[in-house]
Amino acid sequence: MIEEADARVDAPILQVEAISLAFGGLNALRNVSLDVVPGCITALVGPNGAGKTSLFNAISGFYRPQSGRVFFEGRDITRLSAPPRAKIGLARTFQNIALFRGLTVLDNIKLGRHAHLRTSLVEALFYYGRPQREEIELRAEIEQRIIDFLEIDHIRHAPVGALPYGLQKRVELARALAMKPRLLMLDEPVAGMNREETEDMARFILDVRDEWGVTILIVEHDMRLVMDISDHVIVLNFGEVIARGVPAEVQKNEEVAKAYLGSGEIGSQVRQSVTEMAAS
Amino acid sequence: MRIGSAKQTYAADEAIFKTDVQRLWFGLLALALILFPFVSSDYWQLLACLIAVNVIAATGVMILTGFTGLVSLGHAAFMGVGAYTAAYLSNHLALPFWLSIPAGGFAAAAVGAVFGIPSLRVKGLYLALTTIAASFILQSIFFNWTAVTGGARGLTIEPASMFGHLLVTPGAIYWIAMPIAALSVWWARNLLRTRVGRAFIAIRDRDVSAELLGIDLLRYKLMSFALASFYAGMAGAVWVYLFRVITPESFRLIESIFFVAAIIVGGLGSVRGAIFGAVFMTLVPELLKIGASDLAPYWPDAVKLLSPVRTIVFGALIVGFLMFEPLGLNEIWLRIRQRFALWPFRT
Amino acid sequence: MSPALLDFVEFSLAGLCVGALYALTGIGFVVVYKATRIINFAIGEFMMIGAYFFFGLAAQASLPNWAAIILALIAAGTVGGFLERFIFRRLIGESAISVFMVTIGLASIMVGLVEIAWTADPRSLPTFLPDRPFFVPLGSAEAFLASKNGWSFIIVAAIMAAFITVFRFWRGGIALRATAADQQAAYSVGINVPGVFSFAWILGAITAAAAGILVGSISGISSAMGAIGLSLIVVVIVGGLDSLAGALVGGLMIGWLESMASLYIGGEYKQVATFVILLLVLVVKPYGLFGTHDIERL
Ligand SMILES: Nc1ncnc2c1ncn2[C@@H]1O[C@H](COP(=O)(O)OP(=O)(O)O)[C@@H](O)[C@H]1O
Ligand SMILES: [Mg+2]
Repeated sequence: MIEEADARVDAPILQVEAISLAFGGLNALRNVSLDVVPGCITALVGPNGAGKTSLFNAISGFYRPQSGRVFFEGRDITRLSAPPRAKIGLARTFQNIALFRGLTVLDNIKLGRHAHLRTSLVEALFYYGRPQREEIELRAEIEQRIIDFLEIDHIRHAPVGALPYGLQKRVELARALAMKPRLLMLDEPVAGMNREETEDMARFILDVRDEWGVTILIVEHDMRLVMDISDHVIVLNFGEVIARGVPAEVQKNEEVAKAYLGSGEIGSQVRQSVTEMAAS
Repeated sequence: MRIGSAKQTYAADEAIFKTDVQRLWFGLLALALILFPFVSSDYWQLLACLIAVNVIAATGVMILTGFTGLVSLGHAAFMGVGAYTAAYLSNHLALPFWLSIPAGGFAAAAVGAVFGIPSLRVKGLYLALTTIAASFILQSIFFNWTAVTGGARGLTIEPASMFGHLLVTPGAIYWIAMPIAALSVWWARNLLRTRVGRAFIAIRDRDVSAELLGIDLLRYKLMSFALASFYAGMAGAVWVYLFRVITPESFRLIESIFFVAAIIVGGLGSVRGAIFGAVFMTLVPELLKIGASDLAPYWPDAVKLLSPVRTIVFGALIVGFLMFEPLGLNEIWLRIRQRFALWPFRT
Repeated sequence: MSPALLDFVEFSLAGLCVGALYALTGIGFVVVYKATRIINFAIGEFMMIGAYFFFGLAAQASLPNWAAIILALIAAGTVGGFLERFIFRRLIGESAISVFMVTIGLASIMVGLVEIAWTADPRSLPTFLPDRPFFVPLGSAEAFLASKNGWSFIIVAAIMAAFITVFRFWRGGIALRATAADQQAAYSVGINVPGVFSFAWILGAITAAAAGILVGSISGISSAMGAIGLSLIVVVIVGGLDSLAGALVGGLMIGWLESMASLYIGGEYKQVATFVILLLVLVVKPYGLFGTHDIERL
C-alpha cells in the first residue's frame, strides 16, 4: 500500500531503516522501519509503552539506536548529534511539556530559532548593529507568522510556568515552528486537552501543513483526531510496527484492535477512542 | 493587545528601559555614581571600589550559576588568575592598566574554560565539587609558581597611571572600577536579549531539551564558563590595582562561596540580583564592624566577638534567604516597586 | 629492611588509620545522602561540634571520659535531628543546589558559634585512648604505629561492624534502604519517610561526632578543623555518593593516598593531590566507583 502511495509523490523526507533500541534488557524498538511522505501528516499510534516517544527520541538524536539508520531528505543523519539535526529542520514538541520556565512565552519561541541566528558572544555583549537588527527582525517575524497564527498574542510576555496546560502546548508548537521546521514531530499534542482545545490544535496542525508546507509526524492517542487529520497511520506495538496504511485500512486491521484491547494498561481515553473507531 | 507592526515599535519593546520614568531613575543613579567620589571620604571610596569589584565578579557568577545553572565554587581562584596576570604584565612588561585588566580577564577566561570541561560529563553538585577542586589546584599553583606569583609572600605592583597621574587613592581607582562594573552589568543585560542569553537559560532550565532544540551544549557551557571567568579575571585585575599587593590567601574557597552567597542573597536569575547581592554582602561585614567599634566603649567584648559574629551572620544570611526569601533581595525590590507603581497618585 | 620501605609501611599504616576515620564519617554522610539526597557540606563542622561537645563536657565540666563521650554523641545527634526537623524538612522540593548552599551556611554558623563559645584557639582533648604505640613486625624490623591511630582504627572497625549489622537486619535500616531506593514506593508501603529523614540525620550527626572526637584526640581541635570536610567530600565522590561500600573503600583509599602524597611529594601537596584525584575520577567515572545514577528521560 504505502509503496504505491510513495510512487505518486516525491522521495520520503524521513526514512527510518531497521532501527533497534534497547534499554538494558528492554527492547523499546525492534527493527522499526518507516517512511514519511513529504507534505503529509503521518500518525504514529500504539498503546502506552509501545516505543513511540523512543522513536521520536531516536529520530531527533537524543537516543542512539544500537542498529539501523536514519535518513533525512536523502541524507544519512544516523551519526549526527541532536543540535545539527534541529538545524536542518527536524523540529519537535515533547510529550511532557519541555518549555523553559525561566523564559517568557516570547523568549521560548525565539529560542526555537537559535540554530539559525548568527549573533556571537561578543556581538551579544554589545547588542549593537547586526545583532540588534537580527533580534528585531526575528521578533517581527515571530509576531506576524507565529504569534498571530496561533492566537497567543495576549500571553506573549507571560512567564510560561503560569500558563494553563493547553496554552503551554500551543507555545511548544510555536517554538517548534520558530525552528524553521521541514519535518515537525508532535508528541501527543492534544493529550489532556478538552474538545474545544483539541479542535483548535487540529486546525493549527492542518494549517501548518497546508500553509507552511511542513511535513508532520504526530504521535497521538486521540483516535478521532488521528483519523480526521492524518494521511498515513503507522501502528507500533511492543517496539514493532504491526500495521501501516491509510487511516481507513488501519482502522479495519484486527491486529491493531487486539493490540489496543490486549494491553492491560491502556488509558480509558484510548479505550474510548478504540470504541469510537469501531463504531464509526 | 497588539503592538504596531513597525519595526521601531519592536525595538522599543526590546529595549532595556521601556519607559521614560525608568530612564529618569537610571539617569539619577548614574549622576549619583559620578558625583559620589566628590562628596565621600577615603573609607567610603575604598568600599565603593570593593563593591564595584564584587559587582563585576558577582555578575559573572550570576551568568554562570544564575543563568546557565552551572554552580562554580572556584570563582575566587579565577579572579586570582586575573589578578596575577595583570600584576605580572604590569610589573614585567610595563603594560598600562587598560591593557592588563582585559588581559587578566582573558587569562582567567582561558583557565575557566579548561575547568569548565567537566561540565559536560558531570552536572549539578558534582560540577560544583569539580570547581572546588579547580580552586585548590589553582591555589596550589599560586603558592608554588614562585617565579610568577611570588609564592606565599605574594607580589606588589606599581600604581596604575593615567595621563601621567598615578592612581594611588581609592578615589582614583574608582574611575577604573566603577565604569568596568557598569560595563559588566550592561554586557550581562545585553546578553539576555540575544540568542546567547536565551541559550544559557534554556540550559539551566533543562539542558537535554535545549540540546534537541539546536543548542550545542559543549559550546555554550564552555562559553558561559569562559565569560564568567573573564568577569572574574577583570575583577581580580581591578582588585590588584586597588590594593597593589596580592597573596594566594586572597583567593580562597571562602571567597568563592562569598560570590555564590551574594547572588543567592541578591536573587538568582537576575542581573539586578547580582548587584544587590554584591552591594549587600560587601556592606554587611563593614556595618558590623562599625557597630562593634561603636559598642566597644560600653561593651569591650564587642570587638573580640566581631569575627565570629561576622561568620555567623554570613551563614545566617545564606540560610535565611534560601528558606524565607529564595528569590532574594531582587524579589523584595520588585514587591516594593509594585507597591509604589502608581505612586504618588495612589499607594 | 630498607628505611625507604619502612617509611612506606609506616606511612601506609598511618594513612589507613586516617582513612578509617574518613570512612566512618563518609558513612555518616552517605546515610544522609541516601535518605534525603542532600549533600552535607557541613560534615566537617558536624565533626567539629562533636569534638567540642566532648571537650566541654570532659575538660571543662570534668565529667568522666565515657560519660562525656556518650553525652557528646547524644548532643550531636540532637543537633542533627533538630536541623533536619526545622531546616531541611522545610527545604524538601527545593533545588539540590539551594539545599547544598544551606549546608554551607550552616557550616559557617557552627564555626561562628564554636568560636564564641570556645574561641578560635586550638585545644587538645583529654586523652582517653591507651598510650602504648603498636609495633608491627616486618621482617627484621618493626613498623611503628602511633597508639591513637591504631586504637581509632580498631574503634572505627567496631562501629562499622555494628553499623552494617544494623543496616542489614534492623527494621529502621531496612526502611532507610527502601526510602533511598524509591521514596514514593516507601511512602506507599507505609514507611514513615519523614521519620527516616530524621533518623538519617541523627545517625549521620552521631557518626560524624564520633569521628570528630577521634580525630580531635589524635590531632587536637580548633574551629578550623571542619576543613577536613573537604577531604571527606573527595572520599564520598570517589566512592559514589550513595554507596556505603564506596565510602569505606574511598575513605581508606583517600587516607592512604594523602599519606603517600605527604611522604613522596610533601605535606603541603596533600590536599591538591586528592583534588587532582577527584577531578580524574569525576571525568572518568562521574558517579564514583560504586555510585549509581538516574537515567535522564524526556
Ligand atoms: N531512558 C529509558 N530508560 C529505560 N527505559 C526506557 C527509557 N525510555 C523509554 N523506556 C522504555 O521504553 C518503552 C517505550 O517507551 P516510550 O517510547 O516512552 O513509549 P510510548 O511513547 O509509546 O508510550 C517503555 O517500556 C519505557 O519504559
Ligand atoms: Mg510517549
